[in-house]
Formats: sequence, C-alpha cells, structure tokens
Amino acid sequence: MNFDFSDDQKSLRDQARRFLDDKCNRKTVREVLDNAKTSYDARLWKAVGEQGWLGVAIPEEYGGLGLGGLELCVLAEEIGRAVAPIPFSSTAYFFTEALLAAGSRDQKSALLPRVAAGDIIGAFAIGEGPGAPSPASIETSFDGARLSGAKIPVADGDIATHAVVLAREGHGQSLVLVDLNQPGVKRETLTTLDPTRGHARLTFDRATGERLGTAGEGWVLTEAVLDRAAVLIAFEQIGGAQACLDMAVEYAKGRYAFSRQIGSFQAIKHKLADMYVAIELGRSNAYYGAWALSTGSAQLPLAAAAARIAASDAYYFAAKENIQAHGGMGFTWEVDCHLFYRRAKLLAVQAGGPSVWKEKLVRRLELKNAA
Amino acid sequence: MDFNDSPEEASFRTEARAWLEKTLQQPGTRGGSRPEGPEAMQVAKAYQAKKAAAGYAGLTWKRDVGGRELPPIFQVIFSQEEQKFQAPVASFAIGLGMCIPTVIAFHNPEKIKRYVGPALRGEEIWCQLFSEPSAGSDVAGLKTRAVRDGDDWVINGQKVWTSGAHYSDYGILLARTNPEKEKHKGLTMFVLNMKAPGVEVRPIHQMSGGSNFNEVYFTDVRIPDSERLGEVGQGWNVALVTLMNERLAVGGSSGPEYNEILELARNTPAPSGKGTLIQDQAFRERLASWYVSAEGYNLGKYRTMTALSKGQTPGPESSIGKILNANRMQDLANAAIEAEDHYGIIADPSLAAMQGAFHNAYMWAPGLRIAGGTDEILRNIIAERVLGLPQDVRVDKGVAYKDLPTGR
Repeated sequence: MNFDFSDDQKSLRDQARRFLDDKCNRKTVREVLDNAKTSYDARLWKAVGEQGWLGVAIPEEYGGLGLGGLELCVLAEEIGRAVAPIPFSSTAYFFTEALLAAGSRDQKSALLPRVAAGDIIGAFAIGEGPGAPSPASIETSFDGARLSGAKIPVADGDIATHAVVLAREGHGQSLVLVDLNQPGVKRETLTTLDPTRGHARLTFDRATGERLGTAGEGWVLTEAVLDRAAVLIAFEQIGGAQACLDMAVEYAKGRYAFSRQIGSFQAIKHKLADMYVAIELGRSNAYYGAWALSTGSAQLPLAAAAARIAASDAYYFAAKENIQAHGGMGFTWEVDCHLFYRRAKLLAVQAGGPSVWKEKLVRRLELKNAA
Repeated sequence: MDFNDSPEEASFRTEARAWLEKTLQQPGTRGGSRPEGPEAMQVAKAYQAKKAAAGYAGLTWKRDVGGRELPPIFQVIFSQEEQKFQAPVASFAIGLGMCIPTVIAFHNPEKIKRYVGPALRGEEIWCQLFSEPSAGSDVAGLKTRAVRDGDDWVINGQKVWTSGAHYSDYGILLARTNPEKEKHKGLTMFVLNMKAPGVEVRPIHQMSGGSNFNEVYFTDVRIPDSERLGEVGQGWNVALVTLMNERLAVGGSSGPEYNEILELARNTPAPSGKGTLIQDQAFRERLASWYVSAEGYNLGKYRTMTALSKGQTPGPESSIGKILNANRMQDLANAAIEAEDHYGIIADPSLAAMQGAFHNAYMWAPGLRIAGGTDEILRNIIAERVLGLPQDVRVDKGVAYKDLPTGR
C-alpha cells in the first residue's frame, strides 16, 4: 500500500512552496486584483516558465520534463494555496492536455516546446452562454479551415496566444486549434467575481484554425480533457481550502473575545473541524483521481467526478467559513479571505459546476454497476 | 502511488488467507452480522484458540507476551482478510484491542503472564468499564468509588454502555479513589473479576429494540490492591493509553451504502409520478454526495494504511471516519425510507426493502453518532489535537472533585 506521493514528489512540493512564498505572496495577488488593466502577473508567469513547471507533464521529445500527472497535481495544490494570478490551469491542464490527447505529431512538435518554454498562453473555449455546454448548445462552427461564432466566458481569453475551441462541424463537433493573434479574432475582457484570473469573450469571424483530433470527436475529447482537468483543479481547490483553514486556525488562536481566544469556543472549533473533515474527504478523493490520472486507469471518469465534487464542496465551505471565523474583519477588502472566496467560486464552475459533475458521477456509477 | 502490498505484506496476506480458508471452511465456524448467545460464543472462542495457536493473535505485541512484534500494518492486513471471511472476532475486539494492551503496559510481570495468554486464546473475555450515567463525554467526572480497606479496595457505583459485560470474565475499571483532588487526579485503574460478589450486569434496552450494551452495578465489590493498574491517582493517564489503542482499530461502515439505495431507487416511483426515483435529479445529486463520502472514507483508510506501512502511527485524524459514516448512515437511511413514501414506514422484513436494512440503519445510526465519542467530542478532538486550537475554558480546574457542580 503506497497511497501517497513519493519523497521526490514531496520535495517538489516543498520546493514549489518555497518558490511561491517568495515570488507570489498575497501582495502579488493583490496587485493584480487592484489593477483593472491586468489580469495576471507577467513576472510570476515568466518565473514559473523558467522553473519548468509548464513542461512538467510534457514528454521530453516535445521539450518537457517528461514527469507525470502526479507532479502536476503537486504543483496544482501549491498554486491553489498561493491563489496564484497566472494562466497556469488554462495552459497546463486544458490546452496542453488537449494537445497531448488529440494533437498530431506536427501540432505537438510545433506548440508543446513553446508551451514548455513559457512562450505560449493557452486557453480552452467551450461555453457559449449560461448553463453547462452540451453538444446541442454549441453554435460556433468550423468548416475545416475557418471558425466563426462566439465563446463566453473563456478563462485567460484576454491574454492567451492560442486556444482550443469546441465547434460544430457538419453534424458533429470538433476541437479546433486557433492562433488568437489574427484579424478574425476579437477579444472583449469580462468583469468576473475573480479579477485575479482573466476572462474574455472571444468572437471568431472566419478565423483560421486547424482541427485538433478527428472531425466529429470534439465532444468526446472535451469530456476526456475535462476529466483530467477536474483532477488537477481538485488539487488547486484542496490547496486553497487548506490555506483557508490555516488562516482561520491562526486567527482563532490570536483573536480574543469575551477575554478568551475565540478558538476556545466550541462554535468555532466545530466549524473548523468541519472544514478539516471536508478538506480531508476532498484530499482522499483527489489522491484517487491523481492515481487514476497518472496510471491511465479506466476508473478515471468516476474518480475525477468524485474528486471534483468533494474538492469543490470543501473549498466553498472553507472559503465562506473562513470569512465567518474572521468576523467583521473578514468582510473587509484588506483582509485576504475574499481572495479565496472568489477563487473558490471560479474553480467550482470552471470546467463544469457541481450539479453537472454529480450527474456525471451517477451516470458513470450506473455504467460501472451495469458492467 | 499504488495500492499494492509490499513483498512481505503480500506474502503475509497470502499465508493469512490460506489459513483463514482452511480454518473457516466448515459450516458454523464463521460469525454472522451480530452473533448473540452461548452457541455463537463457543464458535468464537474455538476460532480464537486456533488463531492463537497459529500465531495470528497479538501480531504487534512483544514476543515475551506471546506476540510476534510485527508492525501495525500486518494487523490491518490480517483484520481485512478476517472481515472477508466473516471471522467471529467481535467479542474479543475490546479485550485484545484495548484492555490487554493496558494490562501489558501497567501490570506486573506475573499478572501479565496470568492474563495475556487466556485472553489471546479466547478463553477469557474482557470489557472496558469507563462510562457512567453522569460521566459520558466527560468521563473523568465519574463517580464510582474505590475505598481502600486493608489489602483491598471496595467498589461502589455504576457503569453504563459496557459492551459485552454479560459474557466478560474480566474488565478494566476506572474508579474514583480520592474525591478531595481535582477530578483527573483522583482516579485509579483496576482489573476487575466480573464474577466477583457484588457485580451485577443488566442489559440496556436500546431505542432500536435490541440490547447490545449493559449497565454494571457494584455493591461492596472487593478488588485486591495487587490488581491495581498504575499508581493510585494515575488512573487518567492509564485510561489515555487504553483510548490511544482504540485508534489503531480500522473499522468499517456497517449499514446500507450508495449501491443499496441506488438499487432501491431503480424500483421506486419518482416523486413527480413520472419514471423512477433514479431518474429524479435531486435524488441523483444526493446519491453522488453519498458516493463521495463513502469512497472518500475508504480512500482515507488507504492513506492510514500507507502511513502504517511506512511505520508511522496514525493520529487522532482518524476521528473523521466515524463522523462521516454515522451521519451518512442516518441520512441515507432516512432518504431510503422517505423514497418509498407512506410505504416506507413498513419495517416488516418480509415487506420492507432489503429486509428492513434501511430501517435498522435508521434506528441504529443515532447510537453510532454517540458511541465511542459523540460527533461533538470528535470535533473537539480534531480541533484541539489536529488543528491545535486552545482548550475550552474549564470551570473544573483547581477544584476538588467533591466541590464540582453536578446539576443534581
């Protein structure tokens, strides 16, 4: 039984934590939050690229480190903990994973080395409006060469250099690889709950694109990318939720009311214990997702759904109750609680919200039981 | 990351499985879900004797007390395999898991020799006498008195929620020896012969209808001082050792789970009147949450096993298991009963879904949320020992036990 990360992976975590403590403190996050013109920290992004993090899961033949999903999970947890204002998830969990899953040799050779080097910011564009996307809801169309339609919201669409876009093609759907720096692409920045991560509406007007994978396989590929991303995002969520619990514990020890530490009141203790329980439940499910991700197990779809649900619940609960534990201070702009409260919501709805994943989980459980 | 045994663990598991197959293949050698009665006890004792003879009892104990000095992971592996074979081990869990380790830690060599062997072989069964009617979560507030009289102590008082007291031969008893001291400092631990004059065991009639626990009354029961565990006044520290051993027990859930209610929902009409409950979106969302909780608990056990496998000791973080399981059991059973609408009230096993398993779970769950540490106490444990939060303000610090308010 070895249901844990290896010593090497743990030392990667320690190294990542030290790096982020140094390069991405809360002040870094706040500079992005307070500056309406910026949606990411370019210096941090460059430094992350130099660390090789963007190439962690990219094979060596494409310029990456050729490590695996587990190393990416470790980094994700630390990025979540630091509420890092960088397009890491869009680039590493979505764009890169889509290329690895569906890209041709030429496409991978052309783009992955540049991703690994930090020269590309990727985006993954599927949604077109309120509600979860479905094959029937996709109106953006692709004719084999040109892409037309609008995608909203696209995480990091305001800064991405490239995107993978889900589009209708004939009677099915396909994934389309698009260079966003071309005249046929219009970007409009969106105001969101989490200004530390950029979002845009992307409008394509006969933009040039090339198919990623086989025509008509777009929806299946999207689901596969979402399953992998769900596990990685779960680690970001666990990292963020743990940071909330750490903050709440620290505050509950230092804050006095009625002449005693508020952490000595059971109302606070039980709240924090419930946060711990939710986080550990999320962590155990996320570990299983990590195992399934890294071994290519047939259990991945079910494991990913469980990881995503548990981690989304844990982060939302920890983020809201961290504010509550801080009392009035928690509601101020200056105290950092809201950074997590904002990010928790983004991560819970990005890649499909909790209801969507609960439905996926039950459908997959029914399939498993029928088999 | 993998779920494999190490080579040593794997060969131990194979060897254990072969032995269990051989030993438990005869009809009537296994335990049921909750075996009761003298015949079931004979079956259990016979199994325990064979287990001890084969060297599978006391795996983690020192060699000089009859153990094999194996790391705790081997105990977990053996228990997992025993569970698969429905080995009749429930009656020995408290004695071998909690009482005897305390005896080994605090008794003298001669007495250790006297008690450990018969307990390992299943010849003598032990119970734990801590909780009292007015000392549950606050067990250190117990009243049962032990008064020194010559070479003996004289015991008067009452214990409650004692599992297995009616078939136990011995028990470890926590009693108050000095009410003039603070409540934690006036306690002493003893080994009690359950057959001694003045010990009376009465079953508790639970709200679920069954009787799995007892009250134990003491009227002028005499215990020789030679049966004292630890120093006079050190009983609380001895009790902490007993309770620490409880954590190594890796228990499972004991009620219907997501697959059972999924099956029920396939055959039950939806509240909308259209289709079956499994097509109902609200139900599907709850089902997903039960899955996440149940599997998360199982996966958490794998993390505990990993820690054990690496030679680490699991801490109080395993407290989360019971909070999750007991609450899920109650919620899931409640949902199953409500799913059947008015018909759900029928508990008759010949008419009810799953022979009434959901009804049993509904009635058993409230007890599970209280037994072995209430939800609230477990949250305190997590908050104080895992998260490091300060203790609640204590009104009993520095106050003699006899001066504490009792509310009655």
